[in-house]
Amino acid sequence: MKLEGKRLIWQDYQKEIADDHYFYARSCIRQTFFPGAESVFVKILKDELGKDIHDEQHHTSCTGIGYHSDVVPFDTTMTVVARQFALMTEAGYENYAASCVTSFGLYTEILDTWHHFPETEARIREFLFKATGREFNKPQNLAHASDIVYKLRHQIAAKAKYKLVDKKTGEPIKVVEHIGCHYSKMFPHKGIGGAEYPYVLSGMIEAWGGEVIDYPERRHCCGFGFRQYLVQANRGFSLSCSKKKFDSMEPYEPDMIITNCPGCPMFLDRWQYTLSEMEGKTYGKGNQGIPVFTYEEVAGMIMGYDPWEIGLQVHQVPAEPLLDKIGIPYDVSQKFKGKNGEDIGMPQSPSYLKFYAE
Amino acid sequence: MGELYNRLAADIRFGESLKACINCGTCTAICPAAEFYDYDPRVIATTVQSQDDEKIRELMSSDVIWYCGECMSCKTRCPRGNAPGLLIMALRTLSQQMGYFTESEKGRQQLAVKRIIGDQILSSGYCVRPDIVDPALHPEQGPVWEWEHKNLAPLMDKLGANYNGEGAGVLRKVSDADLEELKKIFEITGGQAMYDNIESFSKLKADGMGLEFGTDTTSEYVQHIYTANNQKHNHE
Repeated sequence: MKLEGKRLIWQDYQKEIADDHYFYARSCIRQTFFPGAESVFVKILKDELGKDIHDEQHHTSCTGIGYHSDVVPFDTTMTVVARQFALMTEAGYENYAASCVTSFGLYTEILDTWHHFPETEARIREFLFKATGREFNKPQNLAHASDIVYKLRHQIAAKAKYKLVDKKTGEPIKVVEHIGCHYSKMFPHKGIGGAEYPYVLSGMIEAWGGEVIDYPERRHCCGFGFRQYLVQANRGFSLSCSKKKFDSMEPYEPDMIITNCPGCPMFLDRWQYTLSEMEGKTYGKGNQGIPVFTYEEVAGMIMGYDPWEIGLQVHQVPAEPLLDKIGIPYDVSQKFKGKNGEDIGMPQSPSYLKFYAE
Repeated sequence: MGELYNRLAADIRFGESLKACINCGTCTAICPAAEFYDYDPRVIATTVQSQDDEKIRELMSSDVIWYCGECMSCKTRCPRGNAPGLLIMALRTLSQQMGYFTESEKGRQQLAVKRIIGDQILSSGYCVRPDIVDPALHPEQGPVWEWEHKNLAPLMDKLGANYNGEGAGVLRKVSDADLEELKKIFEITGGQAMYDNIESFSKLKADGMGLEFGTDTTSEYVQHIYTANNQKHNHE
C-alpha cells in the first residue's frame, strides 16, 4: 500500500470541524445498544477536554430509520430535522454534533436539498412554524460525533493511559475500521477522507498506536439495510453482508473492529454470535470472536475507564482478549453486576463463542 | 409520458437520482442487494427511463423495488452522478401512495415496518427503544441481550443513562409536549397521511387474504407478512 499517495488523496477530503460549543443530538440505536458510548463521549469532551457540549432534552428521533425504511415521507423528515435545528438555535448554538450516522447523512442530504431548492427550505420553514411556532438558523458547522473525536484524537492520546499496542510484543494492535455507509457514500466531501479512503477512524487508530488493516471488503455495508433487518423474513440479507466482511478480514487476523455508525457495531457483534450458532463458525483465535467497539468506547478504554462502566459487558463478543493484550485491567467478578455490585444474574454461555464470567 | 412517470418526476429525489443513465452497470456491480437478491438496479433505471407507465406500475407492484438496502453505495460509484437507491425511495413512496405495495410479499411488509418503527416514533420519540427489541423475536441478539433486556433499569443506571427519566441524557423520556409537536408535524407534512395510507391499503389486502388485521404487531396479518418468505427472491 502506497501510504504517501493515499495521504495526498485524503488532503482533498478534509472538512472543517468546530473546535468547541457543540449542540449534541443523540442516536436512537446508539442509546439502545451501546448506551455507555454516548456517556463516554460527553464525559471525555466535558470532563477531560473542557469542551462545552449542550445535551438537549427536547430533541426527538430525526425519523431516519423510518425515512430509510420508507414509511416516513421526506417532507416530514425535513420538518422534524428543522425542529432539531430550531432547538439548536434556541439554545444559542451553531455547531451541530450528531451521534448517529444515519442522522448525519440525512442532515447533509437535507442541507444540500435546501441549498439547491430554496423553495423547499421555505416550505419546510412554513410547515415547522405552523406545527410548532418555531423558527431556526441552519448550523454553521455540521459534524458527526466521530469527526469531533477525530479532531481531538491527539489531545485524547496525550491524556490516555494506554495505547493500542500489544503489551507483550510492543507491536501495534491490528484494527479493522468500519465506516457507516451514510457517513460519506452519499456526499463524499462531507466526510473526512471521502468515501473511498475515509480517514475518520484510521486517524484515531494511528494516533492511538494501532495499525489499520486494509482488506478487500473494507467498504462493504454491514448489512443493516433498514427494512432488510427490521423484518424477520429479510434478515438473511443482513447476515450475509456481515459474513462477507468477516470472511474477507479473517486472513489478516484483526484484534478488533472499530466503527463510527450506531447500527454497524451491533450487527458486526451479534452476527458473529448468530453465525457461530448456525454454522459453528467463529472468527478470531480460540473461539474468541473479533471484538467490535464504538470509537467512543475505544477512547474510553485507552483513557483507562472501567470497562464495565463504559458498557463493554453488553457486547456479545467478549472484549477481554483485547483488554488482556493491551494490558487494561478489569475485575471479572464485577462484569455482570449492577451499579453497586448487586447480583442481577448473568447471561447464558453461547454454544461456541468463548464466554468470560466468574 | 404517463401519469405515474409524472408523479415520480415530481418527487424532488427523482431529479437528483436519475440523469440519463448510460446503463454501464457499475451500480449493479457495487450493490450488496444485487449480490444477495435477484436484483439489478441498472434495470430499475432503464425501466423508469422508458417512461412507460405500464412497466413502471408493474415495477411498483413487484418485490423488486423492496430489495434495496439504501446503503447508497451506488451513489458513490455512478460515473454520471445518479443514485438508483434514491430512485428506489421515490418508487417506494409512490407505490405506497397508490397501494401497489400490497401486491408483493416484500411490499406488504411495509405495514410491519409502519407498526414497529413508524408507530414507535410517534409514541416514544425514538425509532428504536431497548424495551421493544424482544429477545423472543430477536434470537440473533444472543444471550447477552436477553440478560440485558431483563435488567434494563439497573444496567442503564450503571452505564450512566437516564432511562425513562425526566430531563436530558441517554434514553430519557421524551416529554408529552415534545411528542405533541412531533404529532403535529406528522399531520401537517403528510407523515400521518402516509401512515393511514399504509394501514388502509393493507386492511384491504388482509381482508382479501382472510387474515385478522388488528391494530398492533401481534395480528395474524402482521405476523404473516413479518415472517413470510417464498424463497424465490434470491439468485438461482
